[in-house]
Amino acid sequence: MSDITRSDVAHLARLARLAVTDDELDVFSGQLDAILDTVGRVSEIDDDVPPTSHVAPLTNVLRADEPEPSLDREAVLAGAPAAEEGRFRVPRILGEEP
Amino acid sequence: MTTVEAAPYTVEEVCERFDPVMGLEVHVELNTATKMFCGCRNEFGAEPNTNICPVCLGLPGALPRVNARAVESAVTIGLALNCSVRERSGFARKNYFYPDMPKNFQISQYEDPIVFDGYLDVPLDDGSTWRVEIERAHMEEDTGKSLHMGGATGRIHGADYSLLDYNRAGVPLIEIVTRPIVGAGTRAPEVARAYVSALRDVVKGLGVSDVRMDQGSMRCDANVSLMPKGSSTFGTRTETKNVNSLRSVERAVRYEMGRQAGVLLSGGTVRQETRHFDEQSGTTSPGRAKETLADYRYFPEPDLVPIEPSAEWVEGLRKELPERPWERRARIQSDWGLSDEELRDLVNADALDLVAATVDAGASSESARSWWVSYLAQQANTQGVALTELAITPEQVARVIALVSEGTLTNKLARQVVDGVLAGEGSPDDVVAGRGLAVVSDDSALTAAVDEALAAQPAVAEKIRAGKTKAAGAIVGAVMKATRGQADAARVNELVLERVGASS
Amino acid sequence: MSSADNGPGAEDLTRLDAAELARRVQAREVSSVEVTRAHLERIEAVERTGLNAFLHVAADAALAAAAAVDDEIAAGTVRGPLAGVPVAIKDNMITRDMPTTCASRILDGWRPPYDATVVRRLREAGLVPLGKTNLDEFAMGGSNENSAYGAVRNPWDPARVPGGSSGGSAAATAVGETPLALGSDTGGSIRQPGAFTGTVGVKPTYGTVSRYGLVAFSSSLDQIGPFGRTVLDAAMLHEVVGGHDPCDQTSIDAPLPPVVEAALAGARGDLAGVRVGVVNELSGEGFQTGVLSAFTDAVRVLTELGAEVVEVSCPSFTLGLPAYYLIAPSEASSNLARFDAMRYGLRVGDDGSRSTDEVMSATREAGFGAEVKRRIMIGTHALSAGSYDALYGKAQKVRTLVVRDFSAAFERCDVLVSPTVPTTAFPIGDRVDDPVSMYLADLCTIPANLAGIAGLSVPCGLAAEDGMPVGLQVMTPALADDRAYRVGAAYELARDTASGVPFASTVPDPAALQGAS
Ligand SMILES: [Mg+2]
Ligand SMILES: [Zn+2]
Repeated sequence: MSDITRSDVAHLARLARLAVTDDELDVFSGQLDAILDTVGRVSEIDDDVPPTSHVAPLTNVLRADEPEPSLDREAVLAGAPAAEEGRFRVPRILGEEP
Repeated sequence: MTTVEAAPYTVEEVCERFDPVMGLEVHVELNTATKMFCGCRNEFGAEPNTNICPVCLGLPGALPRVNARAVESAVTIGLALNCSVRERSGFARKNYFYPDMPKNFQISQYEDPIVFDGYLDVPLDDGSTWRVEIERAHMEEDTGKSLHMGGATGRIHGADYSLLDYNRAGVPLIEIVTRPIVGAGTRAPEVARAYVSALRDVVKGLGVSDVRMDQGSMRCDANVSLMPKGSSTFGTRTETKNVNSLRSVERAVRYEMGRQAGVLLSGGTVRQETRHFDEQSGTTSPGRAKETLADYRYFPEPDLVPIEPSAEWVEGLRKELPERPWERRARIQSDWGLSDEELRDLVNADALDLVAATVDAGASSESARSWWVSYLAQQANTQGVALTELAITPEQVARVIALVSEGTLTNKLARQVVDGVLAGEGSPDDVVAGRGLAVVSDDSALTAAVDEALAAQPAVAEKIRAGKTKAAGAIVGAVMKATRGQADAARVNELVLERVGASS
Repeated sequence: MSSADNGPGAEDLTRLDAAELARRVQAREVSSVEVTRAHLERIEAVERTGLNAFLHVAADAALAAAAAVDDEIAAGTVRGPLAGVPVAIKDNMITRDMPTTCASRILDGWRPPYDATVVRRLREAGLVPLGKTNLDEFAMGGSNENSAYGAVRNPWDPARVPGGSSGGSAAATAVGETPLALGSDTGGSIRQPGAFTGTVGVKPTYGTVSRYGLVAFSSSLDQIGPFGRTVLDAAMLHEVVGGHDPCDQTSIDAPLPPVVEAALAGARGDLAGVRVGVVNELSGEGFQTGVLSAFTDAVRVLTELGAEVVEVSCPSFTLGLPAYYLIAPSEASSNLARFDAMRYGLRVGDDGSRSTDEVMSATREAGFGAEVKRRIMIGTHALSAGSYDALYGKAQKVRTLVVRDFSAAFERCDVLVSPTVPTTAFPIGDRVDDPVSMYLADLCTIPANLAGIAGLSVPCGLAAEDGMPVGLQVMTPALADDRAYRVGAAYELARDTASGVPFASTVPDPAALQGAS
């Protein structure tokens, strides 16, 4: 049924920002293939059935537009991998926003 | 690698061979007190990372909470754009990795935007209108801001690292998307500019956003493509991002039309890509190529439940809609008896609101209009500021006009009063008192001055007595000089004729 | 000093249930500090045997919290029915004063700046948090072998898994390290380890316990719930953490079902008039013999208690498992995208030459375990433009059918029952290389998550062939969680009356075993 190749796994890993190793490509392609064979059974069902995304019967749950306290910046930045000038420091950004 | 692009063609040349198609996506930041999904303040220019919380920082475990006022603003914008309001709409996650987006997904709307299928009738420079169809407007959240450090330019390319401020992350955005704008031909750049301008006016009139393009609270992406004349198949489009002034919108579209024509006419193909507009050169340059369409893996946001606006609530908002700018203009034009040209001058001078407010404060439309488009416009020009930034209010202008019409001031004096107000000397009445500018209307004082002038110039007096009433001008001039201009010249003229016994 | 050294004369506080501990603390027969110290000592003794149920023990903070409760009680204030009673918290719930790791390397050392709503409610009710319990990384797994900090062992047989993903909470409760614990249940992650360890575990109705501060695995399925050694204990903890929370917009603004009252009513031992449905699709082929016979026995007991038992069919349940293994990974692929080395947690490979994309990828590769990566990739695939309709979209349609099947079944029955898991706890290592067989352990529990209804697992004896505990699952319609507590408590009483000894007291004591060897 499904046929997940090494290059499919490599593509998915790239989309998901996972620097998978060569060995993992082998292991995962086999496992993902087996999993997708199993879960692919959902395609058996009728297309007419409406989808369910939320089970609780709720609508219009809204919050009043009233300010609440924010976090202490120094405490948050202390938990960051790197910070500078009150900001989070991150490696250089190569691509543009998609 | 640099690509030398073919010299752009003019829009006229482009339109001999092609029809341009445009799609405009405008992001409007709402001016709510708090962010879209959390209680952090929505404010421009705060210290970096001071308006952040577990939700807008995407901390593990945090959950979004929809801002009721943002929903109301979205519906209001939709109604003002003649859109339908969806009975049941929901949020979706748009998944992509980018460091300015803390969760690496943006909560947006996908298949079921809250408002859809509307239009905006956009006034063009020649007085005609162009109907731009609105496909949808949806709610979403803004991203943080990055500062690119190191490297020569401070730009993203060549930077060593970046610094991130998430104050803007989660600020409510309404994205307004047009249907393809077809058939504008050589007017396409103007239509684009006029649309963004009209949209800005409408949204501003609703009071839901600051719509400051210079501060990024209104941002426009322009999609442009060309199709050969006679064809109805759209060509490959480019998307020029973040065009940040009205003028740039027009220039960007014009440049892209010319550039794409150059590519096509030299046998090339237009690449589907994102481009950047350069304010300095007025050109666009390629960004990331969209070889594969980005796959955002949209799916319904499980943490938020659907929104079902009740019909009563929507109708309530519709009733509260302010008069639409173009309807208001039509009403004003007929109320004030303006020609199309006069109205356009007023709008182009950005004086319509000022004049209207002056009229609301009791002035006649003629005098209000005359003050704002002539003397005050000159002063603004001299000071190098916008008319709206002059240090005088419509109420103060109305007061000056009232002082003139009740005879306290002559037009000349009135200008001095205005000068005083602009110079910070207080209200018109303060200036009148402070500078001692009131008209001399006491007849006995004037009569004395007239007699004095007649006595000083007996030859002129004789001429007048002989019926040459025009000679009275010299006496009037002398009286005006003697009273430092604070006399009513017409009244002085009457008195001169009276005193010499000439009948007028 | 460990509690095992107290000798036969001293009563072991760690074998008392939460209701009894609460009564004694509030009557000042024993202090919360003494109760807390006994549990901390028990943790030390048991963890030394390699159970590995705790990732973090907050001894000082716990003793301080206990002392504060004692002071209040001395001053005449009792914060709530469980004031002074220790509790353990699964390490995927955010705690301000303890690390929160989700058993993942990627959150190693992260100290959150806020408390989850359930944690706040525990504190406000005067419970004493002992520490954070082990789990499958990001709650992805059914065996607890996916923890970056080592597998948890099953107290009944240390060579076997305790189930998962709330394996640490289940094992700790079973073995007396804590009388109560919180778990989270996305596809069975409370009920399944409850069954494997012989504890009571409950997945409440979706939307009745706040998810604010629960690190999301699959947001539309996740639900926090209680573990106890008795049905009443679980109900008491349920009432502490449950109820509407404006910080979670999927939280239902309705009164919590009266679960404690129901547990007390059930303990009067009468189920007359209760209609119990046995779900055909959740037993039979592929189920372990000892599980089926324990289950059949339990159903017989329910009949003896006056319940009316009927068979019901829920045909779409057979597609529940594949639907679940699409929906959960899809949501997870999005929920876990935030772990990107930019704002908190691990960062790998930032040597100045690498870009954000490279550092993100290197960090996620190093920081996530194999199961998490597998699920992220499955979810990424299921949501992608080319697969959405055939996979994620279809799975959501299956969800509709499961909801319909439950609705139809609940027209005829007040509750539905099944074995909680098709097998008993399996040996550690048995299924790690075979994800598909691992996933089968969730077969009976998944439908309740897909439909958002409540499910409770109560121990129903041991399987003859391996001597391991078996769970009876009781499912109820949404917002009728109280029915499960009533049936569970009635069954529990009958079970213990029949055997003459509380089931919970029969768990082997790893500390004593080690002491003996
Ligand atoms: Mg957008
Ligand atoms: Zn915030």
